[in-house]
Amino acid sequence: MKTLSRVYMWVVFALLYAPILVLVIFSFNRGGSLSSYTGFSFRWYGELFRDSVALQSLKNSLVLAISSSALATLIGTFAALGLDRMRNRYLKGAVNSVTNIPMMNPDIVTGVSMMLLFVAVGGILGLSDVLGRWTMLIAHTTFSLPYVILSVLPKFRQFDASLREAAMDLGCTPARAFFKVELPHLLPGVISGFIMGFTLSLDDFVISHFVSSPDFQTLPLYIYNQTAHNVKYSMYALCTLIIVTILALLLLVNFAGGIGDRTKRRKEATK
Amino acid sequence: MKRFVTMLLVLSLLALFLPLLASCNEGGDAVTLYVYNWGEYISDGSEGSLDVNAAFEEYCKEKGLNVKVNYSTFSSNEDMYAKMSSGASSYDIVVPSEYMIARMIDEGMLRKLNKDNIPNLQYIDTEMLFGGEAPFYDPENAYSVPYTYGTVGIIYNTTMVDEADLGSWDIMWNEKYEGNILQFNNSRDAFATALFKLGYDVNTQSEAEWREALALLTQQKPIVQGYVMDEIYNKMENGSAAIAPYYAGDFFTMYADNEDLAFFYPKEGTNVFVDAMCIPANAQNPEIAEMYIDFMLSEEAAIANAEYICYASPNKLVTQNADYRAAMEEIHPDAMEILYGTDALELQFYVNLPNEQLMLLNELWEDLKIESSVSTSIVVMASLIVCGGVGAGVFFYVRNRRRRRFVDGLWSE
Amino acid sequence: MKKKLSFLERAAAVPHMVWAVMFIVAPLLFVAYFAFTDTNGSFTFSNVELLSSYSHIFLVSICFSLVATFFCLLIGYPLAFFMSRAKPSTQKLLTVLLMLPMWISLLIRTYSLMTLLDNGGLVNSLLTALGLDPIAMVGTGGAVILGMIYDFLPYMVLPIYTSMQKLDNRYLEAAADLGCTPLQTMLRVVLPLTVPGIISGITMVFVPSISTFYISQKLGGGNFDLIGDTIERQFKYPSTYHVGAAISLVMMILILISVAVMNRFSDEKGEMIV
Repeated sequence: MKTLSRVYMWVVFALLYAPILVLVIFSFNRGGSLSSYTGFSFRWYGELFRDSVALQSLKNSLVLAISSSALATLIGTFAALGLDRMRNRYLKGAVNSVTNIPMMNPDIVTGVSMMLLFVAVGGILGLSDVLGRWTMLIAHTTFSLPYVILSVLPKFRQFDASLREAAMDLGCTPARAFFKVELPHLLPGVISGFIMGFTLSLDDFVISHFVSSPDFQTLPLYIYNQTAHNVKYSMYALCTLIIVTILALLLLVNFAGGIGDRTKRRKEATK
Repeated sequence: MKRFVTMLLVLSLLALFLPLLASCNEGGDAVTLYVYNWGEYISDGSEGSLDVNAAFEEYCKEKGLNVKVNYSTFSSNEDMYAKMSSGASSYDIVVPSEYMIARMIDEGMLRKLNKDNIPNLQYIDTEMLFGGEAPFYDPENAYSVPYTYGTVGIIYNTTMVDEADLGSWDIMWNEKYEGNILQFNNSRDAFATALFKLGYDVNTQSEAEWREALALLTQQKPIVQGYVMDEIYNKMENGSAAIAPYYAGDFFTMYADNEDLAFFYPKEGTNVFVDAMCIPANAQNPEIAEMYIDFMLSEEAAIANAEYICYASPNKLVTQNADYRAAMEEIHPDAMEILYGTDALELQFYVNLPNEQLMLLNELWEDLKIESSVSTSIVVMASLIVCGGVGAGVFFYVRNRRRRRFVDGLWSE
Repeated sequence: MKKKLSFLERAAAVPHMVWAVMFIVAPLLFVAYFAFTDTNGSFTFSNVELLSSYSHIFLVSICFSLVATFFCLLIGYPLAFFMSRAKPSTQKLLTVLLMLPMWISLLIRTYSLMTLLDNGGLVNSLLTALGLDPIAMVGTGGAVILGMIYDFLPYMVLPIYTSMQKLDNRYLEAAADLGCTPLQTMLRVVLPLTVPGIISGITMVFVPSISTFYISQKLGGGNFDLIGDTIERQFKYPSTYHVGAAISLVMMILILISVAVMNRFSDEKGEMIV
């Protein structure tokens, strides 16, 4: 069983990573090709750092991902609180189903519908340039929201309400009880919601394709527009850098988390 | 409590001010010039080439102007048009193709140029492009300045294709190359290949001729490997396909990676396009935009662009430059001949089709594209999955109901 | 005893509700509006009537995404199970590895897969080197399905893995003690307890694969148009927005109905088991 599971996981992950591995290897290719390897070189990395438009769109992507997931986390966490306390079953059901729509809806429909809305509203307000960073922010926040709510809501359900009541009996105001007692318990859910939103926003192409304006291009849009001619090989270098950075960051977080746990345990032991 | 309030504050500040921040440090007191061009269509400093946008900023600085170029890209005329007409930001420079320029002029989306601000206009070779007349898409010759032009030809892999089959559009219908032929994935270009083969006008007004072209494309469909655009580069370079119609300039990019590739112009004639720089009607900085256009026509920038893009340049400063010719011939021995020796060819421009014609074209293209033959195995598999899924669902539902009734029965006792 | 809710608790969901009405409900109303009007803005059924000519595409897309979802489940379920039984530190690492591909643009991932599978790509070069006949993969339906499986497998594994994690190991031990073979444990204990994960995995794979347009474009060589491609094409020209909206509307309704049906099943069972 043990070997079977190990072999199976290796095979699936190998297949999952094969195209990415190819991409990483060929980002170090001297020639501009994804099929014939002509020698090791950092050529495309050099090109990447000279490409100011690529760097600008990377920055746009990051800014958008951080701000939209932050906004979604903010709205979503409170929405989860409200949903948890809501007593009207029908209202609760309605809010729940509406919330899930962007998750269930195909991206393309979400994108198209938002574009139609923005353009119509822009027309009414007489704005000729309604699409742009703000519409991108709204769209990305909207599709991240359900994921945040979905990861926070279960934490509310798991929370023992008597703890909150105890806090209030001890003189906390409800707000203070929420922030002081309940929120720390929710934090893992909040963080995973934030990360989920960040990931989705970074990867999103379809919705951005419809609601973006050319003066605020994200990385996926920049890559897509290169298909007018030929996708630059420096994009593979960029992806390699992204993978390496994230892998390093995540390992670091895991590692640091491990240390944190250990010190905590040690502290508890000394008590 | 305080910590969380701060955290929340930080979150909301992040959300609201980051986008602002991103826009602020782009400028300062500089004027921002918004340029909207095709993807990968300007010399951008890679591989030791000139970074044209940076050079322009430098050039402005020398003149005492603080200008920042905001450069963004599109992947098709239609995408560009959709963004321009559906409320994207106001732009100072756009670079559409000829038929789209005609349409945008008709709809009042472009602004007349002040030619006094563009002295380098004198170097544009109108003789070569339009026989010395005003371009047909811009009859007043007031709205546009050609940026590049180019022709469609057939790229083939010499190791896979017989000499004897070359010379005509017929090669794309040759069953010998079944599964190795690529076709354009956009309606206008794909239909043009069929219309050329039939010997018709690519801008024909006759519905019958369009339908005839559709019949030809439908007949071609089984032997086509795929309807593609930018994938052509990869597929031709690594020998995944043998024959593809594409733009002459792009052939050189592919040739650089695979010397087995070659190129010819079909004898029936082919399409020629012009991409031209224009200033939208709502541009914020038309004068700087004119300066930009003028700069793009100056020798250094124009040559850098021509060498980077590899498309034909309408600029005499480029075509008469010995270094440029040498550089192009180094890329491919016949480069100059392929790019500029097109006089003897039967060349046709696309004109902006009237609306009914466009609708017809869309409709016919839909007919071609949606008629896909999916292998029966996939359909069978899908239906089996549906049956299995529904079966399992019903089975569990019934079983659970029975169990529940049983449990309820126990309770009531 | 019902306590009075504080202001915070009552008002917390309000921003979200306002947001949802403005940016979820209103856009959908716009789609519906566009689907039932023509370019002049007058009411018409013609866009919806036109849909009959697209029924073929709907069928093809459904077939493709069903097969892709099925294989995702087939591959993903054991993977999720093995993952959830690994050491905690390994589990963390594996989750990270599973999510990592999502951080690279889908465009690039798919493009890379295309170059791998192409006639002149690495896989076929390998086959030729081994003395086998190369297989034409790109441009076939199989390649499109493979692309969907490849791109959306993490969406299947993650929810199943989450529900597996919640699974108490003691259930498995109890089942084994009561004489279940591993296969029986799997079928009678693990499988029923992870149904909610499976359902959400299925929806998370089925929905994006039915509406994708980039994968079919690159790996299908433009030979297989799916609903996503068709919708995308309609939104290139303002004159066909209305047809595009009608197709979107129908697709959306189909998906929401099937999701609702599936959720119903999962609820039913969830109640039964717990």
